Amino acid sequence: MPKRILDVTINGTRREDAVADSTLLLDYLREQLGLTGTKRGCDGGECGACTVLIDGEPALACITLAARCEGRRVETIESLARSGRMSALQAAFHEKLGTQCGFCTPGMIMASEALLRRDPHPDEAAIRAALGGNICRCTGYVKIIESVQAAAEARE
Amino acid sequence: MKPGAPGVRGVAVGVRQPLIDGVEKVTGRAKYTADLPAAGALVGAILRSPAAHATIRGIDVSAALAIPGVRAVVTGADCDIAYGVIPIAQNEFPLARERVRYRGEPVAAVAAVDAATARAALDAIVLDFEPLPAYFDDAAARAPDAVLLHANKPGNVEREVDHVFGDPDAGFAAADLVREERFHYAEVTHAMMEPNAALAEWDAERGRLTLHSVTQVPYYVHLALARCLALDESRIRVVKPFVGGGFGHRTETLNFEIVAALLARAAGGTVKLELSREESFLTHRGRPQTDIRMKIGLARDGAITAVDAEIVQRGGAYAGYGLVTILYAGALLHALYRVPASRYRGVRVYANTPPNGAMRGHGSVDARHAFESLLDRMAGELGLDPFAVRRANLIVPPWRTINDLQVNSCGLGECLDIVERASRWRERRGRLPRGRGLGMACSHYVSGSAKPVHWTGEPHAVVQLKLDFDGAVTVLTGASDIGQGSSTLIAQVAAEVLALPLDRFRVFANDSAVTPKDNGSYSSRVSFMVGNAAIRAADALRRELIQAAARKLEVAVEDVEADGETYRVRGTDRELGWKDVVNAALEPSGTLSVKGAWSTPPETQGGKFRGAAVGSSAGFSYAAQVVEVAVDEETGEVRVERVWVAHDCGRAINPLAVEGQVQGSVWMGMGQALGEETRYHDGLHLRANMIDYRIPTIAESPPIETYIVEAPDPNGPFGAKEAGEGALSGFLPALTSAIADATGIALNELPATPEHLLAAIVDRRRAAQLAAAKAARAAGGA
Repeated sequence: MPKRILDVTINGTRREDAVADSTLLLDYLREQLGLTGTKRGCDGGECGACTVLIDGEPALACITLAARCEGRRVETIESLARSGRMSALQAAFHEKLGTQCGFCTPGMIMASEALLRRDPHPDEAAIRAALGGNICRCTGYVKIIESVQAAAEARE
Repeated sequence: MKPGAPGVRGVAVGVRQPLIDGVEKVTGRAKYTADLPAAGALVGAILRSPAAHATIRGIDVSAALAIPGVRAVVTGADCDIAYGVIPIAQNEFPLARERVRYRGEPVAAVAAVDAATARAALDAIVLDFEPLPAYFDDAAARAPDAVLLHANKPGNVEREVDHVFGDPDAGFAAADLVREERFHYAEVTHAMMEPNAALAEWDAERGRLTLHSVTQVPYYVHLALARCLALDESRIRVVKPFVGGGFGHRTETLNFEIVAALLARAAGGTVKLELSREESFLTHRGRPQTDIRMKIGLARDGAITAVDAEIVQRGGAYAGYGLVTILYAGALLHALYRVPASRYRGVRVYANTPPNGAMRGHGSVDARHAFESLLDRMAGELGLDPFAVRRANLIVPPWRTINDLQVNSCGLGECLDIVERASRWRERRGRLPRGRGLGMACSHYVSGSAKPVHWTGEPHAVVQLKLDFDGAVTVLTGASDIGQGSSTLIAQVAAEVLALPLDRFRVFANDSAVTPKDNGSYSSRVSFMVGNAAIRAADALRRELIQAAARKLEVAVEDVEADGETYRVRGTDRELGWKDVVNAALEPSGTLSVKGAWSTPPETQGGKFRGAAVGSSAGFSYAAQVVEVAVDEETGEVRVERVWVAHDCGRAINPLAVEGQVQGSVWMGMGQALGEETRYHDGLHLRANMIDYRIPTIAESPPIETYIVEAPDPNGPFGAKEAGEGALSGFLPALTSAIADATGIALNELPATPEHLLAAIVDRRRAAQLAAAKAARAAGGA
């Protein structure tokens, strides 16, 4: 499989890595970089567990080729906590029990992060629309909505 | 008051406590099985049967073995020992032998240096199968000339149950109203978010195996590995890392866990086996397709006089939990209401579909829908409100059901009052605009099966506490936290008894080399049983600390009082701080280890008849809920607008987690009621992905107003009972009751997809048109 040097910024750090043309962003993050916070929950684009931000926009790492990220900024769940402080979303998902088993949580938080950057004061309908592609099997979403609302207030 | 008695509440119990492992989850640091570092591990992959039912004439693996980079290939020839969760019903092999019985059954597996090589090896394996007739529904499987899936099971029946309690004939004869209806339920599955994965390490020099897996019950996995690999149990270590949900899928040991171990041993190294989402669906073990005939007798005042139910479950290709599921379905017709007489006939049938198993609300869910639906309709005929008919049948504890279940606490009456008020039922039921409706139902569940699957005579639960020089209390438990928050709960219970801050505790769970054996996370047993064991362990530590303080302070034990981290001579200012009391406690013999154990009281372990253990529990939870729907009569689409649910969990040790569990239960019931359904074409799974298997998204999930009711159970830890299953089954009948309120249509088939509901609406329209035409003709002729 032909490889190329991928020039990409991951969580604020610019990197150059040899990556096969067919490598998915998810495998690049998990296998090559050890960033296992991004989860594989399905066989491709079904569940949202692998949601990351590419140039600030939510994207599914499991159906994105790593090569497509050339020159772009990729952010994963590992980037949100700064100097040992959880982000407002992370703190809210923890405190409000927006997470149970935790497997959908990184993707859910990254999709919420994209929402709050775009719309710092989302109403409930906006939250539901933004997270429509992220499946959670534990919570029934009630406390996920509460978590995003609490984080929006805390970010003010 | 004795420690852990209902009513004690203080520093930790009753606190809305975020999960003690929540930080790892929200930061991405939590390591699930697939996340574990495994540099140099071989990649495992499974070849699955393309046939639904066939004789295996041969499997040629020579070409696969010849591929460079392939380190091991295993088939059914490598393990001739059958396994299964129920010791008397073990008829499954990790890799099929002689015959395959469902499409997707593992037939061979490879370990290779990378995924591409593993896939190439699978492609190189040649299967020689001779097809057999295959059966995809219970009627075909039970036909007189059907080929038997298992030679020792005539008629392809895994288990038949015939239970009669009291005098049902007399009960029906005495009834003022008797009704009987038939119901049909589609098969559903768990679809937990984390796909299946296992990491198996074979230590070839020492002949030892370490397995990390996604299991809910590491102990069962341990036993199955020892059995199938013919290894002494002491040579095996099973570790459960973070687990992304289970809902019953991971209660049984699953084939891939044994396959990973077989591969590791064959390859002499470490094998990582990650299943795809499709394979995780095929591993299945979900709730079976079910047909129910339900008959109820009611007196004019709504009192139940008798129940007669016949339930047929299509259980898939292997026994698994089957006999337990079919027994639960009958047993839990009881213990929600007073039922003076019952007859139950259950039939669990084999078919050429992936095996069914335990799923949240195990065995009780479909039967509860049939029962509540019929009760609701009969109440209507008698002119009784749905709430009134439930109130006419409330259990007043202590109460022993006619099938010998012991109910020691019941808060159902309060649950009813709360949701009736909160939903403004009296003002709104039957008075909403067309297309809007309200429905209600009740439900219950066990707080742990009172008899364990493996009856060894040991206590049901053991918790160890370790206190060392550092002053931290380490809780050692085999209870599996799969997201429900059990580790948090155990720490809260211990902190409450010791009156110490929660951050003095560290919970170390699920490593068979270190933690005590536990029967695992199933049947909602952990809060109740492990909670009780934790109380006893913490009380043992508390007594050690008080004795140490008494020695150090040179007073009698009775004169020492513990006030959090300070131990004081009663009525004086002579005291020891935490560091000093820990030093005093360690002085005589070093590191302190204490243990607490608990078993279900004998009177809660069920009756003496065959199958009596299933359904027996030391405590029952109760729930009532009201569902509001909007139905689009042009499309058949049902939208759940709001749910009001009240759940009696005895005592909410962690109210935050109780709410989360109750909401998750209600919502999972909604998934089954509205759209989830597996489908097969000639045994081929048509919905083995997260899109075609219709899990509700956040967009269509309603607000769920959650109320906690606390009717403390005398046997529960601080009075607590289960919270993670009981509210599920009530959603389904509450939904169909609401649809009936909105449209007048009584659905006896679930899920209530637009397709099903629209068909019923169209049928009714046609019938009405026909009747109108008939009437017009009659009028014209007159």
